[in-house]
Amino acid sequence: MSITLKINGKKHSVNATEGTPLLWVLRDHLKMTGTKYGCGVAQCGACTVRVNGRPVRSCIIPFNTLAAAEITTIEGMEGKETDAVRSAWEEDDVPQCGYCQSGQIISAVTLLESNRQPEDGDIDTAMSGNICRCNSYMSIRRAIKKAAKTL
Amino acid sequence: MFLKYSNSGDDSFPTTDHLPRSGDAILNVSRRSFLLGSSAFVIGITLGSHVLAQEKESPVNPLADVKGGDAAPTLWVSIENNGTVKITCHRSEMGQQVWTSMAQIVADELDADWDKVEIVQAIGHPMYGDQNTDGSRSVRYNFHRLRVAGAAMRSMLEQAAATQWGIDARDCRAELGYVKRSGSSKRMSYGELAKQAGAMPIPAESSICLKDRGEWRYIGQPVPSLTTPKITRGQGIFGIDVDRPGMVHAVVARPPQVFGKTGEFNDKKTLAIAGVLQTVRLPDSIAPALFKPLGGIAVVASDTWSAIQGREALEVEWQDGPNAAYNSASYRKSLEKTALEPGTVQLNRGDAIASLNAATRKITAEYYAPHLAQTPMEPPCATAEWNGDKLECWACVQDPQNTRNTLVGILGLNPENVTVHATWLGGAFGRKSKSDFVVEAAIISREIGKPVKVTWTRDDDIRHGYYHSVSAQHFEGALDDNGRCSAFLHRTVFPTIMSTFAPGANQPAPLELGLGATDNPFDVPNLRLETGKAEAHLRIGWLRSVSNIYHAFGQQSFAAELAHAAGRDQKDFLLELIGPARIVDPTKEGAADYANYDASLEEYPIETGKLANVTRIAAEMAKWGRTLPKGHGLGIAVHRSFLTYVATVVEVAVSEDGSLTIPGVWLAADAGTVVNPRHARAQLEGGTLYGLSNALYGEITASNGAVDQANFPGWRVMRMNEAPREFSVKIVDSNAPPAGIGEPATPPAAPALANAIFAATGLRIRSLPILGTSGDRLSLTNNQGA
Repeated sequence: MSITLKINGKKHSVNATEGTPLLWVLRDHLKMTGTKYGCGVAQCGACTVRVNGRPVRSCIIPFNTLAAAEITTIEGMEGKETDAVRSAWEEDDVPQCGYCQSGQIISAVTLLESNRQPEDGDIDTAMSGNICRCNSYMSIRRAIKKAAKTL
Repeated sequence: MFLKYSNSGDDSFPTTDHLPRSGDAILNVSRRSFLLGSSAFVIGITLGSHVLAQEKESPVNPLADVKGGDAAPTLWVSIENNGTVKITCHRSEMGQQVWTSMAQIVADELDADWDKVEIVQAIGHPMYGDQNTDGSRSVRYNFHRLRVAGAAMRSMLEQAAATQWGIDARDCRAELGYVKRSGSSKRMSYGELAKQAGAMPIPAESSICLKDRGEWRYIGQPVPSLTTPKITRGQGIFGIDVDRPGMVHAVVARPPQVFGKTGEFNDKKTLAIAGVLQTVRLPDSIAPALFKPLGGIAVVASDTWSAIQGREALEVEWQDGPNAAYNSASYRKSLEKTALEPGTVQLNRGDAIASLNAATRKITAEYYAPHLAQTPMEPPCATAEWNGDKLECWACVQDPQNTRNTLVGILGLNPENVTVHATWLGGAFGRKSKSDFVVEAAIISREIGKPVKVTWTRDDDIRHGYYHSVSAQHFEGALDDNGRCSAFLHRTVFPTIMSTFAPGANQPAPLELGLGATDNPFDVPNLRLETGKAEAHLRIGWLRSVSNIYHAFGQQSFAAELAHAAGRDQKDFLLELIGPARIVDPTKEGAADYANYDASLEEYPIETGKLANVTRIAAEMAKWGRTLPKGHGLGIAVHRSFLTYVATVVEVAVSEDGSLTIPGVWLAADAGTVVNPRHARAQLEGGTLYGLSNALYGEITASNGAVDQANFPGWRVMRMNEAPREFSVKIVDSNAPPAGIGEPATPPAAPALANAIFAATGLRIRSLPILGTSGDRLSLTNNQGA
């Protein structure tokens, strides 16, 4: 079936089988590979994108339910919170392999949009859905606090 | 880890004739001499259009055999006319920041402007020497030769400037991208000099002047990563991100058992799924496993999702193979039984048996640790494309050269027709040393006549891996009347990695014993290491720090058990066990094949003084001995692995209902010369948490030969809310040669945690995982025997 999706402010006509998760539409059909596959069952957060500003796991959300939605992927993330997170991530070299970091960054930005002074518990809640097997958690926690201070 | 085929000179895939044998398998094959015979520092392979040095008809390369391998500057560096310095990285970038560290080493001696540095990822080719990104040794292997390469290029630039100016090269000095003329303001950029410099003869090593340590500009500095700015924007190409014109997608349904077979199958429903193009039957696998695909049925489709749906619809009759009776619960009993019986002596000092028999106090303990899976966030993924009889692959592989050899051997190809590109690796941890997934892609692509990307789903990754070995260990210790340890017996039993390469291999290899067993540093008069036999029923592979994981867990936990039995402080007793500063040489006590991580014992001796030093530092950092809140406990462990010494203190907090959290970790490391302290810290933290995750949650089991776990959270890993709240790292200043960083923090994590739990609760952890797949509570009523 053919659907027009609005991704990062641009319209894309997508022809895929009904029920295809947004993840594979982004990666295989639109060649936007910043969004990663990690588990396929919404357990790891590597595929996190934003739909109407809220983080969702693109591996389980059918693309055909998103015709009216504003979809944002890592490639299209912008704004002061995103800038603050990117700067903090780069100043401390938070990523190791980087594979999970699209999802980590989107979760961190979403946290900082609603909470400018996150406590450790807030960071736990916002970030525990994003697995990092390099275990960069210590760096992520430090960088979120650092980014918060710049906002 | 660091398997390298001991093939005797050619590059072909090893047949059974020259399979690695127990003991010699994991070798560092000396670099092939074919480079010398040909003009093969073919820079054109990796370089852009404006290259510095063009290959000459018969280039004279006096740097072909410096320590570490070929240091010809033309192999490693090209400078473009605009001044861009392209540095070839022949190791795989998997988060350890090898792009940055390799570039730091070259750029320092080259005195390049860091802002002009770019990385070119090398293909898999013997001209680079060892490319096996494994064993925490990229810096160690390449530190000297890359310095020489950078310095040689600097010297050639100075020569070029001297020629232009008609002066002596001694009056020219390269600095930050320019060659300056002394006593003058004249200067020329590296870009301006590039072409002419390329025509200069490569200097001999004896005429190359390396910088003094104090002159280093980049080495030892927290230079920012070359990958981070790409990562934060979703750029950078991992194996799973590769795209080729006309490419299709495949997933594979594999037999649940290793060496299980594919019987009848019906793909009618599969082919009815929109997007599915065809199915391909892969050949059954037979022992030895090597890096061969496991067989099964590939489903090819126009996108990954359709392929996954098509696989769901596939009807396959899987036939039992020789591992059908593998059940983890009964296998554990057999391992533990073997560990209780006298075994083969692998290391002997004094007479431990007599001493234990005569001891007034004897302590014994049994330790168990399960299989683990590496589970990098990016599962295995490879793209293959044929052009006639030429094969090109792109994949997240730790050793593209070995991948090439594997393809050549299994598919019967001419090596010259096979090109393997290493992409970025979304984590690896040993899994991506094994190229079975690339072979799958090559076979499927050949069969269907199109470029194909094979994606392993997470289920595939967890069910069909090369697993960290399951192990049982038995310890006995004797305490004399003064509470000192007078005898130490360690018996270790586990299916060997060698079983993956040689059918029937059932004895630990010397290399595996060298990871925490034969290198026992304890200053005890009577010491004995024994091993027992164990058959393998899964593909046994290597996982970040390998056998060190269970050996350090057992040895460092049992040391704490002895301390407790002696009524001593754990840290003080550990320091006493380590004893006075001295050199330990396992080869003098029976471990003739002790490998020392492929390093000489002269250059990298086992120094107990360094073990004790990091132990004291970590204890000081943690304020060892302080008064702790109720339910808190501190545990310490120290271990040398990959030539680096790491001591770790863990603090746990256990509530009355058994809920476990980790308020803090303190770590001290002596890794010799460290190229990038910021990235070293990240590895030490990440390596520790990787070990804590394994110890708390990690367990792979099998039923009737098939792995039981399939995805998160059945295979549970650490998350942000479970990570330590604080983590302090101290890296000891050292002028010693560089040692490993990626793995050495993992081994001491588990015993430090277990020792902390004992201090907090009196619960002695002798079996892993501590928590398993659900919950965060220790079972305090089910004490394993404090």
